[in-house]
Amino acid sequence: MNWAEFFSMDGRGFYVWGSFGAFAIAIVVEIIFVRLRAGRAQAAIEDALLADKARGRMQ
Amino acid sequence: MSIFKYSSPAMFFPLAGKLLPWFSALAVLFGAIGLYLGLFVAPEDFQQGEVYRIIFIHVPAAWMAMFIYLVMAMYGVMALTLNTRLSAMMMEALAPTGAIFTALALWTGALWGRPTWGTYWAWDARMTSTLILLFLYVGYIALINAIEDKKRADKAGALLVIVGSVNVPIIYFSVKWWNTLHQGLSVSATAPSKMASIMLWAMLTMAIACWMYAIAISLVRVRAIICERERDRILGQERIRRREPAPGSAVASL
Repeated sequence: MNWAEFFSMDGRGFYVWGSFGAFAIAIVVEIIFVRLRAGRAQAAIEDALLADKARGRMQ
Repeated sequence: MSIFKYSSPAMFFPLAGKLLPWFSALAVLFGAIGLYLGLFVAPEDFQQGEVYRIIFIHVPAAWMAMFIYLVMAMYGVMALTLNTRLSAMMMEALAPTGAIFTALALWTGALWGRPTWGTYWAWDARMTSTLILLFLYVGYIALINAIEDKKRADKAGALLVIVGSVNVPIIYFSVKWWNTLHQGLSVSATAPSKMASIMLWAMLTMAIACWMYAIAISLVRVRAIICERERDRILGQERIRRREPAPGSAVASL
């Protein structure tokens, strides 16, 4: 298999890889943002519980 | 044991966590097979050449854009009639993914249209109605974030999505109702496919991959939404479980 030919896509590489590339970028960016959001949301609850524990020890 | 217990966000949260690895793995598996079939196995199209390979992501993205909206509308009906909190959360979790698929359907369609039709964009019935779908997604996200009271935001959002769902059949049947630029249906549940079987299989495999991905990413997002919205409830239950009085509560001040 000739990789140069594969990437050139018959001279239409810009359109084909512009589509597949945008698709890949969109999915990767969405995964990163959603994981960050989930991490922040769970961390907020865990922090509050840890704070409870620390207050409990002090009392 | 009733499955309805999972309509409670607190019960659904661990279930979503258990389902997540399965849907993620299926998305990766079907995505790898679909890309292999679409890029390496399916032959060049005799009319369009290599550029036709864009359909392996364009069509699944367009299907998901419409399907996710209909699922949101179904959750919208449940949110309004049954007043279930999880339905509204699922709508919120699905909307960004639906909007991304719609934007990708438009983007990949434009990149396919330029070498095939000679233009990136035309005010064709299907393209215009798909653009309206993108505005509906963005409008829903903007609306629920603009209203501070979450209950009111959920109701307004559900109403918008239900009313907007009239656009989905318009998108689907636009190529039959209006004779504009976008070609007709190549794949239909009621008629034999007009595509070569390997091309059809590559496209269907990619569609399943997108479906699995949409479920997986929505499960992660809905878990985040449950944590954000139910924070006080979760903390309260956890404090009771641990028998630790909440700071400043009546028990603590005794």
